[in-house]
Amino acid sequence: MRRPYAITLDVGSSLANLTGSWRSERPVYVDRLPPCNSACPAGENIQQWLFHAEEGNYQAAWRVLVRDNPLAAIMGRVCYHPCESACNRGLLDESVGINAVERFLGDEANRQGWQFDPIAADSGRRVMVVGSGPAGLSAAYHLRRRGHGVVIFEAESTAGGMMRFGIPQYRLPRSVLDSDVQRIVDMGVELRLGQRVDDIEATMQQEKFDACFLGVGSQIGKRAYIPAGDARRITDAVAVLHQMEGENKPLLGRRVVVYGGGNTAIDVARTARRLGAEESIVVYRRTREKMPAHSHELNEALEEGVKVKWLSTIAAAGDETITVEKMQLDESGNPQPTGEFETMQADSVVLALGQDVDLDLLARLPELNIERGVVQVDALQMTGRRGIFAGGDMVGGERTVTVAVGHGKKAARAIDAYLRDSTPAQAAKHELATFDRLNTWYYSDAPKTIRPVLDIIRRQSTFDEVVGSLDEATALYEARRCMSCGNCFECDTCYGVCPDNAVIKLGPGKGFEFNYDYCKGCGLCAAECPCGAIRMEPEVD
Amino acid sequence: MRTSHVKFYQTGTFTVGNRLLSETERSVQSTLERTNALNSGHRACQGCGEALGARYAIDAAMRATNNQLIAANATGCLEVFSTPYPETSWQVPWIHSLFGNAAAVATGVAAALRVKGRTDTRVVAQGGDGGTTDIGFGCLSGMFERNDDVLYICYDNEAYMNTGVQRSSATPPTARTATTQAVGPEPGNVFGQGKNVPLIAMAHEIPYVATASVADVRDLEAKVTKAMSMHGARYIHILVPCPLGWGSAPHDTVKLARLATESGLFPVFEAERGEITDRRTIRKQVPVEEYLRLQRRFAHLFKPVLQVDVIARLQAAADRNIRRFGLHGQGEL
Repeated sequence: MRRPYAITLDVGSSLANLTGSWRSERPVYVDRLPPCNSACPAGENIQQWLFHAEEGNYQAAWRVLVRDNPLAAIMGRVCYHPCESACNRGLLDESVGINAVERFLGDEANRQGWQFDPIAADSGRRVMVVGSGPAGLSAAYHLRRRGHGVVIFEAESTAGGMMRFGIPQYRLPRSVLDSDVQRIVDMGVELRLGQRVDDIEATMQQEKFDACFLGVGSQIGKRAYIPAGDARRITDAVAVLHQMEGENKPLLGRRVVVYGGGNTAIDVARTARRLGAEESIVVYRRTREKMPAHSHELNEALEEGVKVKWLSTIAAAGDETITVEKMQLDESGNPQPTGEFETMQADSVVLALGQDVDLDLLARLPELNIERGVVQVDALQMTGRRGIFAGGDMVGGERTVTVAVGHGKKAARAIDAYLRDSTPAQAAKHELATFDRLNTWYYSDAPKTIRPVLDIIRRQSTFDEVVGSLDEATALYEARRCMSCGNCFECDTCYGVCPDNAVIKLGPGKGFEFNYDYCKGCGLCAAECPCGAIRMEPEVD
Repeated sequence: MRTSHVKFYQTGTFTVGNRLLSETERSVQSTLERTNALNSGHRACQGCGEALGARYAIDAAMRATNNQLIAANATGCLEVFSTPYPETSWQVPWIHSLFGNAAAVATGVAAALRVKGRTDTRVVAQGGDGGTTDIGFGCLSGMFERNDDVLYICYDNEAYMNTGVQRSSATPPTARTATTQAVGPEPGNVFGQGKNVPLIAMAHEIPYVATASVADVRDLEAKVTKAMSMHGARYIHILVPCPLGWGSAPHDTVKLARLATESGLFPVFEAERGEITDRRTIRKQVPVEEYLRLQRRFAHLFKPVLQVDVIARLQAAADRNIRRFGLHGQGEL
């Protein structure tokens, strides 16, 4: 072959030179567990649904969301969003407004009439669910998705359980509750209202149920003995909130005293204010720092004119007054009486001292182990009786809507496995995507979007929803504040910063691969990856 | 710079790509169609900033010229690691020059193309800081003065890395090199007069001068693209950290370029006909220590005793850049 002057060899490509042999460490794409997902009691894949929302693909986002939690619009209102407390963005500027985006997606689903994906083929098995609260609805939904026949027994004439009878309308409008429940009914779950179950075994036998899930809420207000002249003026929070759903609203008078320091106490005090009470006073025996109620709920209550009497207990109730004793905290933070008393005007006293579960229906199930008023369950939510599972308020722990939804989901998975004589598959947990895994330089500076709040006059006189929704533009903005911790969001940075072209881009939605023939293991991709989705691993010869 | 208008798409235009941006707003480096002008298998060290900067620049130039590009390349690291005869990593027509005459060779290529009437084919010359600011400086200045139709790109890694890290006129004060050892009363390179070639290029009043770094690929690509839209002599000076010569971790290459620009030590700006027209403002200012500490060539500033006064002099240089180039985004250009 003739070559140009002074050229003796053909031009070769450096591709013959496999520089991958230089490597002592290799980059590997990983999925790390985002802290939001890790913190979610309902096990939502938040990072993933935000990924779709970022693109404006709200339906896809909602579909990922409801894989774990069917009550999106409700969650976006009543969840105490531990995800946001865990959010890595909180260490950068402010956490992502996950709850607000969730609400937007839930509302969008209701506006657009999105239905759940078609269910799996009918399994022919039947499961009874007791209670239509968040635990029961969640269990029913997840069981139905797996193709099982589900019947929910609800003692009340309307569905929702403690979401209806424990959460005031200004936090959860009933139209929202009804829409989310209806969607579950529409997928073929049978809802029997006004049917109290007294004998679980008998019902299971009569109707040939193969398994049972118990999701009974804590509907009995704890009472404390208060020496009282007129005991009729003393009521409890659960009763007040329950009455709010009926025709006859509770008559609490002009000066209402609420006794307790939890979220329910705050709910009742705010409800009393809306019912026309001039004074709504929470009496709590400890300090603000010790109060179990969520601080934003307390703040909203204070804005609405609710007052709090700290470090006080009610010693006695007279005809139009109550006697309050001042307390002081001892070294271990427990309130101790001081012997100082004070008299306050009060037309009524509402006790919000905690709630118990009505466990009467379990009387005929001696195998069930009940300790301190809660049903004991194993790691799969199964009670001492095979085939009977339980979740929500009645198994104890943190009593929130989201926890209950998580219990329902977990129990449904266990029931499904039980019906198939197997054990539920446990996916290995990924390592946590902690803040130090991120390269936050790459994220745009963007403060959190504030949700609109109802004006104060309407908050004191009506039951309109206090916290408003984000519109589409702000929801999109908020979704795009997500840093996608631990999971590739296809920013092409690894593909760009590799000095050796050793990152192969597979195209939209397909991610990337390393070309280990040429990767020298410099680690630039891992160092520059914004979201910490690349790990350097030692080469083993 | 002017191209980073996207306010908030999660990462905006900070990352190399962004799936939330429209196709037209994406960088060359994020596309499947990029030339990969400098292909895999080259012999550059792990984490080489120059290999990265060269691919960024030439890929952008290829797109800007519709793949009608000839590249001249001065002797130096870039040439040695990419093209040991007879094999090459270059996927563009490429010509190797002597150490000091890349500008002259590129001028000749441009002249030949003009004679042949090939107006569609454009020419770039590239070299390291040694081949540009020292050895090739005469040829470069001549190219500027004649306003030859060449884009000259200098990959500045602040010393002669290929031959064993000897000092160049681009080596910063106090840096340890093979010829400026960290010994004696004033260890490392001297606080000299400095030799700011971008400013010297501006003094030639050529159509376009810019600086860039491997920490901001979009900015770099925008400048190359703009340069290729113009004719006459153009000059782009790109900071490319060198793990070997700087004594830094290979994975810190991009971070170091970022710290150099965010501290103000390396001002990123562009100029037309001798006047500065724009600068890349500092987003999150960092003290120069953060930049210096990651490099063993500055280790003697921290051990055995912290050289507070020396670091203060370097900080003063950064502060002067910030003031002079308006890197906080305030004041007139």
